[in-house]
Amino acid sequence: MKTIFYLLIFPGFLFSLTVGLLAGWLDRKLTARLQWRVGPPWYQNFMDILKLLGKETIVPEGSKLVFLLSPYLGLASVVLVTASLGRSIISPLDSFSGDLIVFLYLLIIPAIAVIIGASSSRNPLASVGASREMKLILAYELPLILCVIAVVLKCKGALQIGQVIQYQLLYGSIAFSLSGALAFIVAIFCIQAKLGIGLFDIAEADQEIMGGTLIEYSGLPLAIFKLTKAVMLYVLPVFIIVLFLGRDLTPIFIIAKYLMLLLIIILIKNTNPRLRIDQALKFFWRIPTVLAGIAVILASFGL
Amino acid sequence: MDIRSKALTKSIWVFHMSVGSCNNCDIEILDCFTPRHDIERFGIQLIGSVRHADALLITGAMNKKAIVRMKKVYEQTAKPCVVVACGICACSQHMFRDSYNVGEPLDKILPVDLYIPGCPPKPEAIISGILQLVNKMKKGK
Ligand code: SF4
Repeated sequence: MKTIFYLLIFPGFLFSLTVGLLAGWLDRKLTARLQWRVGPPWYQNFMDILKLLGKETIVPEGSKLVFLLSPYLGLASVVLVTASLGRSIISPLDSFSGDLIVFLYLLIIPAIAVIIGASSSRNPLASVGASREMKLILAYELPLILCVIAVVLKCKGALQIGQVIQYQLLYGSIAFSLSGALAFIVAIFCIQAKLGIGLFDIAEADQEIMGGTLIEYSGLPLAIFKLTKAVMLYVLPVFIIVLFLGRDLTPIFIIAKYLMLLLIIILIKNTNPRLRIDQALKFFWRIPTVLAGIAVILASFGL
Repeated sequence: MDIRSKALTKSIWVFHMSVGSCNNCDIEILDCFTPRHDIERFGIQLIGSVRHADALLITGAMNKKAIVRMKKVYEQTAKPCVVVACGICACSQHMFRDSYNVGEPLDKILPVDLYIPGCPPKPEAIISGILQLVNKMKKGK
């Protein structure tokens, strides 16, 4: 009973969805204000989702079952992350050992779901999008994992979110040490690529490959993909906050840190043009990977 | 009115299709999204894929070759989807009516929900037209 409540209502599905959709609105509104426009009202993203629920679902030729099921795969895995991450923030002793690795895996699954769904639709533009998404995963996953390794080394080999939080309670936030600061900066770029916004809006590129991976989706499955995006917009910054700024995890501080991180992401998104896929690959494998590697070396010396 | 059609009027995603226009109408449509007019405040967005569209914005004088493609695109949209004729060309074929390369007028081919006249229509006219359509949908459905 309790598990279902955690999964579906409080730190899980409903809560993360509401926060994610509101954060998505904040993104659109701030973007509009930065471009000297008025921007949509606060309930806009909820209306988008509601409208998509009322639309017809078109299923293209190809493997229909995979096409219809892959959105749920992505949503289910991020909801699992939100629920257990939320639980470990509320009571750090509840987390199980090794959950850091599980989270890293579960957070890749939405991108894989997008790739599977896009490939099963047999649309050439969707397959272009899918191949770009795949390259993007190869690009950002390595620095992100190196960042997490730096955190783990800093916490003396703790592979558990609860232990990471407790270490930071005792010795201060990891982002304020030398290796932590480097890893934190790299992680901010990695979560932007994971979200696929701004600089790294390469797989979906509305102006160029017409929605790319999502081109054949309509109605309910499209709504599920949009919800997955919204939940990701909530859970990724929180994940970064727990790893790097986890000293004060009272609600008010979490909200303040979340808003700050969101603001940084939105500002980076609005002041930079989109990269080409080869540029993104080069960018990730040159600067952030090297920085993250240095962070790992520094962390192993305890800096 | 139930919540779904209310949501539909609050969030209209537009797919823009040119059926042999002179390109001026298309430029004026893009103007609607600029800071001065900012049509996103009504929840209206320009999207890339027809599958996501709630409104098909058609410009141009029904070129015979493009009509076939336009029918295909209309069949590919997820219903409910409204059709908007933007510019006097799409409304009544304008001065190209007797031209050798234009086919039938738009409303003989697709069910048109809204006509926006003008050559090209001002962004203000497009916005006011779309808002009238929204009001009609609110009362009608
Ligand atoms: S209505 Fe005028 S501006 Fe629009 S496509 Fe026709 S000729 Fe061009």
